[in-house]
Amino acid sequence: MTDATHGPDAVTGVTPDTGLRIAEQRAGGEMVAADGTPLKRSLNRALRREKLRALALVAPLFLFIVVTFIAPIADMLFRSVENQIVSETLPRTVVALEDWDGDDMPEEPVFAALAQDLAIAVELKNHTRLGSRLNYETTAASSLFRRTGRGADDIGEDAADRFVALDPAWEEPATWVGLMASPDWIEAQAEWAAGADDDAGPEPRFELRDGVADALPRAADMYAAFARVIRTEDGDSPTEEEPWPIVCRALHGDLIANPDAAAGFDGANAQLLAAAAEAAPAFEVTGFRDTFLDIDEDWGDTTIWETIKAFSSPYTAGYFLSAVDLQLTADGVARQPEDRQIYGLLFGRTLFMSLTIMGCCVLLGYPIAFLLANLPMRSANLLLILVLLPFWTSLLVRTSAWKVLLQQQGVINDLLVWSGIISDGGRLALINNQTGTIIAMTHILLPFMILPLYSVMKTIPPSYVRAAKSLGATNFTAFRRVYFPQSVPGIGAGCILVFILSIGYYITPELVGGTTGTFISNRIAYHISQSLNWGLAAALGTILLAVVLVLYWLYDRIVGIDNVSLG
Amino acid sequence: MVLPPYATLGQRIWHYTFLVICGLIFFFLIAPILTIIPLSFNAENFFTFTPGMLALDGDAYSLRHYRDFFQNPDWQQALSNSVRIAPAATLISVGLGTLAAIGLSQGHVPFRRAIMVVLISPMIVPLIISAAGMYFFYSRVGLQGSYLGVVLAHAALGTPFVIITVTATLVGFDRSLTRAAANLGAGPVRTFFKVQMPLILPGVISGGLFAFITSFDEVVVVLFVGSAGQKTLPWQMFIGLREQISPTILAVATILVAVSILLLATVEILRRRSERLRGLSPA
Repeated sequence: MTDATHGPDAVTGVTPDTGLRIAEQRAGGEMVAADGTPLKRSLNRALRREKLRALALVAPLFLFIVVTFIAPIADMLFRSVENQIVSETLPRTVVALEDWDGDDMPEEPVFAALAQDLAIAVELKNHTRLGSRLNYETTAASSLFRRTGRGADDIGEDAADRFVALDPAWEEPATWVGLMASPDWIEAQAEWAAGADDDAGPEPRFELRDGVADALPRAADMYAAFARVIRTEDGDSPTEEEPWPIVCRALHGDLIANPDAAAGFDGANAQLLAAAAEAAPAFEVTGFRDTFLDIDEDWGDTTIWETIKAFSSPYTAGYFLSAVDLQLTADGVARQPEDRQIYGLLFGRTLFMSLTIMGCCVLLGYPIAFLLANLPMRSANLLLILVLLPFWTSLLVRTSAWKVLLQQQGVINDLLVWSGIISDGGRLALINNQTGTIIAMTHILLPFMILPLYSVMKTIPPSYVRAAKSLGATNFTAFRRVYFPQSVPGIGAGCILVFILSIGYYITPELVGGTTGTFISNRIAYHISQSLNWGLAAALGTILLAVVLVLYWLYDRIVGIDNVSLG
Repeated sequence: MVLPPYATLGQRIWHYTFLVICGLIFFFLIAPILTIIPLSFNAENFFTFTPGMLALDGDAYSLRHYRDFFQNPDWQQALSNSVRIAPAATLISVGLGTLAAIGLSQGHVPFRRAIMVVLISPMIVPLIISAAGMYFFYSRVGLQGSYLGVVLAHAALGTPFVIITVTATLVGFDRSLTRAAANLGAGPVRTFFKVQMPLILPGVISGGLFAFITSFDEVVVVLFVGSAGQKTLPWQMFIGLREQISPTILAVATILVAVSILLLATVEILRRRSERLRGLSPA
């Protein structure tokens, strides 16, 4: 083991690297390996093989970390801007709202689009999800959508009644199929229905007939949506189900707009449509706008429309704006109302408390590290155990210890009362506030300060201080001018480490912090598991992650990430 | 830190004050952990020393909280979950981590730094962020609330420790030994198991212990990635501390302190042995 003490780079023999260099220097006379190939090529091949082997060893873990860890982080980043729910649930409304100026209640076509979108959303049961999403931006959106969802089934019922009164054929699913479906689909469907007792798989996908989308655009659109939804959601077929009333209502609108629609059809369909087109203007049907105002007058307010419009794009900065107490409105970015500005305060508190904890750790850690570095090896190692034992003890154990010690009826208060420092009535509130969090977290993070400080202080040669003293410095001056500056890298390393760890802490603040001693991470957890506002949780997490990464970059510049040691 | 005989009175006072301050800080570090040990033998349901305990009355002490721990199905379920999750996660961490550390130490790895950053990242990113990301992603792929999901998450969190400890062991590794083995006719696999493995084994084991303790102590990620079926010991303690705090927690804490002392001793012995094997310090 003679050369075991060399560093990893100090390889003494010829490696493929150095061999290659030697071979290049001798480029004039071609050197040949034992098997006759030029030495340069043979070495190149060896080098490549070695690289591949090293990569092959690293690859499994690399892939594992990418799948189990990097992908989740990327998912979180994605979720912090993702906002497809609005444009996916209300596609027609979003398009119709594009020209809306935001001053007055939107026009009838917007309400018509909303009625169509909601009819589909209610069947798919995702209007409540949309409501909770918009509720993050405007309170009351959730109840508005839930109430409207209950009424949405009936929209267009009056039009449907008129059609049926005109001709009972409108009640027949077959009439609609004949009107809307392509001949190919009818044939395929009939074939499928004939063999349905066998395991023939799902019904063929519905297809509109050519030209119907031009003649009756909205009715065709709604009928296609109806056919799609009942097939996927209920496993029903349009050949057996009467369409939703909203389809009749859309047909009514189409016939008013295009009285000659029947021209594109032939046979019974044309007659039926022509009769309906003639009668349609006389139908008494409520406008979409009035229907919605009937269900909930909040639809007459511009707030909900502004919110829908502001959040209609598939990606949004809205969560990030919320995370810094701003909000997205139709007119641009504005501050949140006073009572909803909590994140600035929380971030500020997190920073302030992390800095306090860091300061406490320096104050308590420096003397210990100094003592350990200046004691003889044997006693230093013994005392180091006192530092390492808390370091190795479960976080929950230490937190529970503090929870027990700091209680009003706990050991510390009992001790203070017993010694007469405080009266029994004046027990200190040490827990469920900032004091509790700072005490407990200083204790938990102190080893992370002591260990880097100690490892730096061990490398400071004692002769420097002795030299300073022999040149006439007092103990204090020697410490201040000679020893302390050399220990600053250790302080820097320890501070950054403690700060990074404390800024993302969750468990301890949750358990001993009460309401005033909690961190931003507690809010993230709250949004994930209680308010279910995952987008906001992801945005807060992303900001926190960015702060931590910048700090780590600093740490890397100062100490080097490879120098992280574990005790 | 020895006071010279010529020290002035002021220096003496300062010296002893400093020692007292250090003593108090050590007390701050160690006292909370030591206090809960006697409290866990409390015969009452209190979290403070009863007069009987202070008078060292034998009746004031009892093992009832330990009995509760071993008889309560909640705690037993949590214990068995912990014992099922931590070793599985450790195995994955150690297996993949050791291979990667060996690969990384070979000196010809392209993008070594970038790879290292990715591999170390689970240790850098705050746990709450890892937990949030894993919760989102694992619910997408259907791993949320499953045993496998928790094991994979814990394995990812544990690997950086294995990489760091094994890489540290490999720093002093004498390459000529593997070359000698190859020269004597051993294949790469045989060389690995007969020559390299025994030498880096202490690093591998202490890395494994770190990975184990990471998983065994971990509560944030399991809280989000796991469901009630994966309730581990720290999770049960977390619930206990947040909802109805019972002295059984102190009994569990005491047991865990004993376990950590054991682990600490093991790691220390391994570290010394590794240094001796690699000739870094005199035996």
